Amino acid sequence: MVPLSWYILLSAVMFSIGVFGFLSRRNLILIFLSLELMLNSVNISLVAFSHYLQSMRGQILVFFIITVAAAEAAIGLAILIAFYRNNPTIKVDEINLMKG
Amino acid sequence: MSTPQLFFAYFAVMMTGLSLMVVTRKNPVHSVLYMLILFAHIAALYLFLNAEFLAAIQIIIYAGAILVLFLFVIMMLNLRKEETEKRFQKQWPLGIGIGVVLAVFLIMIVGKIAVIAPLGPYSIDAVRSDGHIMTVGKVLYSEFLLPFEIASLILLVAVVGAVVLAKRKIE
Amino acid sequence: MLKYILIPLLPLIAFIINILFGRNFIKDKAHWIAVPAVACSFILALSAFMNVASGNVININVYNWIVSGTFTVTIGFLIDQLTAIMLIVVTSISTLIFIYSIGYMHGDKGYYRFFSYLSLFVFSMLILVMANNFLLLYFGWEAVGLCSYFLIGFWYEKKSAANAGKKAFIVNRFGDFGFGLGVILVFLTYGSLEYTQVFSDAGSIAGQTINIFGSDVDLITLICLLLFCGAVGKSAQMPLHVWLPDAMEGPTPVSALIHAATMVTAGVFLVARCNPLFSLSHTAMNTVAIVGGVTSIFAASIGLVQNDIKRVIAYSTVSQLGYMFLALGVGAYSAGIFHLYTHAYFKALLFLGSGSVIHALGNEQNMQKMGGLKKYMPVTYAVFVIATLSITGIPGLSGFFSKDEILWRAYSSGELGKVLWLLGTIVALMTAFYSWRLIFLTFHGKFRGTHEQEHHLHESPKVITVPLMFLAFGAIFAGYAGIPPLILEHGDKIGEFLGPVLGHPHGEGSHLEEIMVMMTSVLVAVGGWYGAYIMYVKKPDMPLEAVSKFTPLYNLLFNKYYVDEIYDKVFVKPTLKMSDKVVLGFFDVKIIEGIVNGVPNLVGAFSKKFREIQTGMLSNYGLVMALGALCIIGYVIFLK
Repeated sequence: MVPLSWYILLSAVMFSIGVFGFLSRRNLILIFLSLELMLNSVNISLVAFSHYLQSMRGQILVFFIITVAAAEAAIGLAILIAFYRNNPTIKVDEINLMKG
Repeated sequence: MSTPQLFFAYFAVMMTGLSLMVVTRKNPVHSVLYMLILFAHIAALYLFLNAEFLAAIQIIIYAGAILVLFLFVIMMLNLRKEETEKRFQKQWPLGIGIGVVLAVFLIMIVGKIAVIAPLGPYSIDAVRSDGHIMTVGKVLYSEFLLPFEIASLILLVAVVGAVVLAKRKIE
Repeated sequence: MLKYILIPLLPLIAFIINILFGRNFIKDKAHWIAVPAVACSFILALSAFMNVASGNVININVYNWIVSGTFTVTIGFLIDQLTAIMLIVVTSISTLIFIYSIGYMHGDKGYYRFFSYLSLFVFSMLILVMANNFLLLYFGWEAVGLCSYFLIGFWYEKKSAANAGKKAFIVNRFGDFGFGLGVILVFLTYGSLEYTQVFSDAGSIAGQTINIFGSDVDLITLICLLLFCGAVGKSAQMPLHVWLPDAMEGPTPVSALIHAATMVTAGVFLVARCNPLFSLSHTAMNTVAIVGGVTSIFAASIGLVQNDIKRVIAYSTVSQLGYMFLALGVGAYSAGIFHLYTHAYFKALLFLGSGSVIHALGNEQNMQKMGGLKKYMPVTYAVFVIATLSITGIPGLSGFFSKDEILWRAYSSGELGKVLWLLGTIVALMTAFYSWRLIFLTFHGKFRGTHEQEHHLHESPKVITVPLMFLAFGAIFAGYAGIPPLILEHGDKIGEFLGPVLGHPHGEGSHLEEIMVMMTSVLVAVGGWYGAYIMYVKKPDMPLEAVSKFTPLYNLLFNKYYVDEIYDKVFVKPTLKMSDKVVLGFFDVKIIEGIVNGVPNLVGAFSKKFREIQTGMLSNYGLVMALGALCIIGYVIFLK
């Protein structure tokens, strides 16, 4: 039997890698991808909990996360395209419209 | 180490490596392709956890829809010259720092917590007798009916929103 | 009963339509909306009058305007005998003047605007007279003031017109301030603003006093005087009369409608409406009578020497309003209202006639440059003579009946009344003199204007002369509603009609005295005519001789007793100086602007520093967020 903590550890490491990608990459698409990575790592731990607790709730939650992730990706990429049309760049350190 | 543990070890190593590849590749297309492999592994892990339906969803939705969307966008924007430039921002050491500290913190939490909860009715055998899809469906359409409807609304909004945002202005 | 709400509503609708669509769609068709609306109001007013005459007093609440605790104000209408008379006066004169305006304002670029304002004015005036509580009355009161401002300054490109509008508005503020305080005091005293309740409780506070700055003042007197303040302002009595002559800057129909026939009578209406309150206070009554008497002689004496045709009539209006207050002050409310009613017709006629003259001469208002118009404008001349006969009180015309009634009531009301009667008789003499002087200067003798003007002289079109004829009819026959009992028993129909609201005046005097009063006033009227005839027809050099003989007096009168100048020195200049030095120089610049500019400067200085945190870089925000999350996790792991 694989202990529950192993899954959690795997999930934690993947999540941290996602955070690193989110904070460090310049390319906006990669930032989105890191976001998906983080979501997936959470999904793994949720399914693992679900399995070990013999409950369905974790898996249901994963459904909803996938739904939201799909919506988020669609909207996020649409915003990206709309933005790219005005300023032809997707490098996040060149975007500073919010500068005060 | 027992066979399942060996199996898990393979997945753990592979998934960590693939994740690192995803966030470090220069070419976004490569990142997405590594992500694809990663999703296949995650789906396999779901099978390992007796969640067949989720594994299928993982492949169909994530790999089949979301990643394809990413690829579309990358190709549409045609970012050839970006590949020659720096892939990380100036603050990347901080990013690594935060990532490492976070990992350490989370691992420490894992050591601290103990899951003590009554086991639910969905044992492996119970799920197997009804089939995973049916079990999930029953829970989804009874206990989680309202969130399910809300999720459908979210998708609707996303569809409309994506169309509105991405279309060119009609003059 | 609800159909009577349409009386004020129709002009309001006309106003809304004209003001919204006038500029682009209706343009010079504005009268097609305004005239039918006000004419329908007139018909409804007639029906309301019939209804009241058959004994039904209407008092309905239509809508709860303000409800706050025990303070309730409704939009409600009271149509009693007094209101019915006022409705007839307002709507009939308005209708005629609206028709007249079609001709007079023809081709003006603000044609639609003129009719919208006139309609709004009629609406406000009708609200004023129909209100069944003080606040709605106040609403109408202020609204007519506003319309008056709009209409005096109707030709706003002309600086003098714009200034006159402002002057009227500001001078009226003084009176309205007192009126507003009066309304508040009424509410504080009686706990209600409804006429019926206030008037039925009126006597309950007799003798009560109120402490103001350490001295005790009779409460009811105070209320009455405050209300009277508003009346003084609106009806242009001393010392707030200064706005009315200047108001002649407005178009002539406005002068006729607002500043002669209707709006200025609002003050008279107010005092008559509040007669249950006024009757309780001798001081207030005497004040009203004295203010009225003094104003009437004061204005009449100025009118003797003015040269502007409209100003002469304006001073005549002030003087006649003084007459009305005189009547109210001696307790002869119905005589005052009767004079209001007859005066409305002949004064509107005088104004519209002068408008016809001015129109024919191409906006010449100086009488010294007129003359000999009799043969060019026979209709105008005829109506002018009728109006003058009426205003001077020649027996057989309406002015005679009402004027005689006032003088007799004054004479018979005691010692103060005798003095006022003497005053009134002198005023009648002056009135006759300046009215005939106006006619002789304008219509007799030789034409003194330019050749070009003479060439263009013509009688005004039908749309102008027909309303004049109707008004002339009114100027002759309106007075037959109140034939003195001396001549015809039960002839005083209007006095009996108004009796339930205004009561019957008590007077002492024999028939002999009454005949004497009547004879005197007739004699005086004829004497005025004769004086003017001698001075301006027989011996045209005499006025100049008189001027050179009595130069100081002439200057005093010609400059209107220097009232405007005194006000300028005493009130206007110091106020301007004060506002310039203290309010603008110190308070505004130093304190207000100091605060207004200081706060943003402070905020700006802070934000300049703080906004550097906002780099606009997405990843920086992400970094900070992640650090925050780490801190929370660290806190949970290590410190909990």
